[in-house]
Amino acid sequence: MALAYHEPPAELSAEARDIHRALSSTIEELEAVAWYHQRAEVCADEGLRAILLHNRDEEIEHAAMGLEWLRRRIPKFDEELRTYLFTSGPIHALEEEATGGSQGESEPNPAGSAGMGIGKFTK
Amino acid sequence: MADLLKRSLAPLTEEAWQEVDSTAATILKAQLTARTLVDFSGPHGWQYAAVNLGRLDIPKGGSDENVPWGVRSVLPLVEVRVPVVLPQLELDNASRGCADIDLSPLEEAAKRAAHFEDAAVYAGFGPGGIQGIVQEAAHKPVKLPDNPELYPKAVAQGLKELRLAGVPGPYSLVLGIDEYAGLVQAGKGGFPPARIVRDMLGGDILATQVLQGGVLLSIAGGDFELTVGQDLAIGYASHDRNQVELFLTESFTFRVLRPEAAVELSA
Repeated sequence: MALAYHEPPAELSAEARDIHRALSSTIEELEAVAWYHQRAEVCADEGLRAILLHNRDEEIEHAAMGLEWLRRRIPKFDEELRTYLFTSGPIHALEEEATGGSQGESEPNPAGSAGMGIGKFTK
Repeated sequence: MADLLKRSLAPLTEEAWQEVDSTAATILKAQLTARTLVDFSGPHGWQYAAVNLGRLDIPKGGSDENVPWGVRSVLPLVEVRVPVVLPQLELDNASRGCADIDLSPLEEAAKRAAHFEDAAVYAGFGPGGIQGIVQEAAHKPVKLPDNPELYPKAVAQGLKELRLAGVPGPYSLVLGIDEYAGLVQAGKGGFPPARIVRDMLGGDILATQVLQGGVLLSIAGGDFELTVGQDLAIGYASHDRNQVELFLTESFTFRVLRPEAAVELSA
């Protein structure tokens, strides 16, 4: 089932509705990844299992595309994905590395590339 | 992550940085218009230097006979850096709970940065190889009447050109500040011309200080692209006992992908 609107759609901008569509779609794709992964896990027929894993991987591709669309529209997604993706080492320690100290002591918007988060906005 | 902003070296308290950032963001969002209308690609970071145009420039008259060659076309990003000098004492007042800190030099710098970006998008920026929307618009300009009450007719003519060219809506109208003021004040008790124009557009009517006349454009997407490397941010340059020099910066470029998607409304 599609993710329901939280506010009246007519009060939302076209951009906000597009973002809602992208978030809904990405959530649905990730949900499908979970379904296929579980089905493949318990499937006894090797041929069917291969199909289920193939389908799961297709959904992963779709989810990644949705996420990338969101990253290009929402600067905070961009900032967080740049901090956590394609890294090695303990993931929980990356926030401290990114902010240059422990939580609560970091400067507002330290010397990163995110700027003031102006990005695309609506008037 | 590139640290060209060097914020950690500045003698600013956390409260001062918050005040500086929020003041600049407020002014920027009030002044910027173009990025609300065009596709926004980024932010891609400091190291992003150019947009791949996907074409090859073959030298006129041919290249090497034995090894023919071409040069890949790219559009470089323009890096803007507007200096701002602020009194150290006034910045410190942010941490004293001062509610009306005077950051007017920062406000002026934010206006200049916003106007630079808007001007590059609408009118182009030669040194950066940016062709603006008005320059690239494929249609014959529509003359804006002297009387703003007649603007709906001019907008309708512009919309006709867009529709004949197969450009889908919704559309938005960007007007110079004088033309905008004229339109929103126009009307003598009947249905206001600004409302008539807005109903025709499906999008918004925006005011900018960087244009005379205006431009009508499709906001359906895919026609205009603003590419941002480092999005608007404030960095630290230097300080002495009394003053701190910051700078407002961004790196960006812009291109028109479909010249048919805009019509100039000439003043």
